[in-house]
Amino acid sequence: MNLFERLFHRKKSRLEEAERANRDMMRLTYLVVFAFVGLIAYEGWFLAVKREDTINNSYNARLDSFAEHVVRGKILSSDGTVLAETLVDENGNETRNYPQGTLFSNVVGYSTMGKTGLEELAHFYLLTSHINLIEQCFRQLIGEKNPGDSVVTTLDMELQKAAYDGLGDRKGAVIAMEPDTGKVLVMVSKPGFNPNTLVQDWDELTAEGNTSALLLNRATQGLYPPGSIFKTLMVLEYMRENPNTWEDFQFDCDGAYEDGEYTIRCYHGNAHGSQTLIQAYANSCNGAFAVLGKELDRKRLKAAAEELLFNKDLPLSIAYNPSTYVMDSDADLWEVLQTSIGQGRTQITPMHFTLLTAAIANGGTLMNPYFLDRVENVGGDQIRKFMPSAYGNLLPADEAAFLTGMMRQVVEIGTGSALRTDAYTAAGKTGSAEFESGKETHAWFTGFAPAENPRLVVTVLVEEGGSGGGAAAPIARNIFDIYFAR
Amino acid sequence: MIVEENLLKMYVDGSRYLMLFFMGMYTYLNFRYFGVDEEGKRRICGRQLRYMFLLHLLAYSILLLHTRDVKIAMLYGAEVVFFVCYIFLYRILYRHVSRILVNNMCMLLCVGFIILTRLDFDRAVRQFIIVAAAALVTWIIPVIIDKALFLERIPWVYGITGILLLAVVCAAGNTSFGAQLSLTIHGVSIQPSEFVKILFVFFIATMFNQSSDKKQVVITTAAAAVHVLILVLSRDLGSALIFFVTYLFMLYVATSDWKLCGLGAVCGCGAAMVAYKLFAHVRQRVFAWRDPWADIDNTGYQITQSLFAIGTGSWFGLGLYEGMPKKIPVVEKDFVFAAISEEMGALFALCLLLICLGCFLQFVMIAGQMLAPFYKLTAFGLSVMYITQVFLTVGGVTKFIPSTGVTLPLVSYGGSSILSTFILFGVIQGLYIVIRKEEEAAWEEMDPPPFEEDCHESI
Repeated sequence: MNLFERLFHRKKSRLEEAERANRDMMRLTYLVVFAFVGLIAYEGWFLAVKREDTINNSYNARLDSFAEHVVRGKILSSDGTVLAETLVDENGNETRNYPQGTLFSNVVGYSTMGKTGLEELAHFYLLTSHINLIEQCFRQLIGEKNPGDSVVTTLDMELQKAAYDGLGDRKGAVIAMEPDTGKVLVMVSKPGFNPNTLVQDWDELTAEGNTSALLLNRATQGLYPPGSIFKTLMVLEYMRENPNTWEDFQFDCDGAYEDGEYTIRCYHGNAHGSQTLIQAYANSCNGAFAVLGKELDRKRLKAAAEELLFNKDLPLSIAYNPSTYVMDSDADLWEVLQTSIGQGRTQITPMHFTLLTAAIANGGTLMNPYFLDRVENVGGDQIRKFMPSAYGNLLPADEAAFLTGMMRQVVEIGTGSALRTDAYTAAGKTGSAEFESGKETHAWFTGFAPAENPRLVVTVLVEEGGSGGGAAAPIARNIFDIYFAR
Repeated sequence: MIVEENLLKMYVDGSRYLMLFFMGMYTYLNFRYFGVDEEGKRRICGRQLRYMFLLHLLAYSILLLHTRDVKIAMLYGAEVVFFVCYIFLYRILYRHVSRILVNNMCMLLCVGFIILTRLDFDRAVRQFIIVAAAALVTWIIPVIIDKALFLERIPWVYGITGILLLAVVCAAGNTSFGAQLSLTIHGVSIQPSEFVKILFVFFIATMFNQSSDKKQVVITTAAAAVHVLILVLSRDLGSALIFFVTYLFMLYVATSDWKLCGLGAVCGCGAAMVAYKLFAHVRQRVFAWRDPWADIDNTGYQITQSLFAIGTGSWFGLGLYEGMPKKIPVVEKDFVFAAISEEMGALFALCLLLICLGCFLQFVMIAGQMLAPFYKLTAFGLSVMYITQVFLTVGGVTKFIPSTGVTLPLVSYGGSSILSTFILFGVIQGLYIVIRKEEEAAWEEMDPPPFEEDCHESI
């Protein structure tokens, strides 16, 4: 017997046992390697896909240090008009210049006293330079900064101007959006601030006693009572609870509906006479909705409101305030009557109404609203293109079609007559929301056109403008006219 | 003056890529090692050291140019002397040492020194002193493994010492970041769980070495569960998880019973659910993992800052001193991986991860060559302990899994972690040396000896 055989016999059973253990260890080792492959793949995915959206965050202080190497890029409207640019003088001093002044002030925002609006949203892209490497090295050597990329927005110069001029000297907000893509074409908030003198005006703008709220983007941050536009939600819930009998709804309006000690008046005390549901909605008859509101299941109504993003986060990438709907099942009669006609404690932003109208126009599917169309380098080469994306279904398609029909009637036979035209078929809802006794109501309009194939949603809010049909709807009409004349 | 500054910037900029190249080559060789003969292996180890020293030199030249502080140069010199001594003295003392493991230790230490010096010079100096002391102390370990035969006969010494140590920390430990981790003795803060890890592996290995019948498995499981429970009570979730995974893996290798291990895994998941329901700090970790953006100011702050660091650094990094790693809380310890990724690049950091994985594979190969079940289990248990810790820390920093607050061995700042990792590597080295000697003895018994000289090792 040689050594090898001797060793072999002695160790045979131990060897078998060891081989068995080795096989088991091998399996577990594969498991570990598999876990590490997963970890590395995840890291690669994060860097390749999630990186830009993750680091483009105002909490990421690292981005500010990019400004040491890069001159902040331009923000452009969809037709290439400069909305914001950085001018560098011969000493290397940089100033952020806004050639359009207050026209875009709240939506474009600012980058000097903190960051807001699109300046915040596009911060990362504006401070990233995609010029070629050789040029970058050369510039670094002579100590010159690289030019940052430009962002081309979805904002439409002509429509924005029309909306801005339409509001005139009144306070308010106008939004226009494509319902099938989510592109925001117009976002006006009045009064705006002068972005070119922001640093000088800062103390005055933010002074404690200053109530003009010029820095507030009324389109996304202004919370207002929804007024009669809220009746759209009431109609929807009534139809859901009375699927077969809603057409039988009947109400006789004498201009003031009395219930115990409370009285609900129609706008300017108009008596609408006998009203079906469609007529009551089209004429915005408050009495009819007060009666209808008492019948509804308050729990379900609240759930319906929350499905439509009340008390919820909106899919919006710039600063906004969430809308509030507070009425619970234990609400008293006065609150029920008030809430039913869009008064009470319910509050909404113009942007939220735009999203709801867009969902109705788009067969129930809400597209995520967006402002940035693409990123280009300083030479105009496209670096990144942003594509439309769906948020999800806010309501079923048949209900969206039902509401479209209702909103058509508002224009055809009701308060939205300002949009009656042969050029296109508009649908919408007006509102006149009381906010303080003794003052004019806020005027609302939200709608879309063409009703059969919606291409544009417009929402208008005029603070203390009077009636929605009289003050807000004509501004929307003007925007639709320009858009569809193209 | 301006041109000079710009040149420095370009140097820092360019050296990022060069450092990545050195790191990449080193990592490549680490895996190439598996596929060559003895002579090739020796050559690979030599080349690895060249890349390591070049990387070390390049990084410290940037640190020096940036700070213009002569202390940096002195620290660099001391580190070079340490590496050279460590590598060559180890070889002289132990002819059969695994060179690639020594290399990997040095590489991990080297990256740790670089990032620590950049983050906090004083801590880097302290770390260096600890490393040097730990290296000195742990030189003796391979001898102990070789000579001390009683090691496999004293399971309850390991078990009871471990449980007692953990219990003391749980009862009287200092609280940091909501967890009782450390004891302070004469102003020196130590983290006993780091050492109990090793005792734990020895305990399990000795128990299963004695027998792997039903009764023994039940007893061992109960003792292991006590370890894990105390750690959960101390809120040291990372260590609890490491102990649990290590136990499960060792159980599988000892019993080869996947049903039993499956049951163990299910019980572990059940216990995790209970812990989630019971403890607010567990829930908080999970929330911070699922949506750190929701509470970015508070519970989500650390992980989002880490993601900013990794994301902003991107594949190639911002360059040393060009990022803001100090924005991340506890960046020198649990989140050191994010700092490395930010300034030296994600590719560099992933190379580092692969080196850790390479260490693990080396460990497992050594375990595979052991015949004695006690040695085999010990080697494998330590491997699992090591790699689980790496996975938890890197997974936590990158938001792959919830953050559990454990360190990256040999890279993160921390004396206990350094010393226990040195012990761990020392034990494995000891086992490797045992195999080598056995092999050599077997060759020598044969007639004629196949080679005149030592066939495995030469300088």
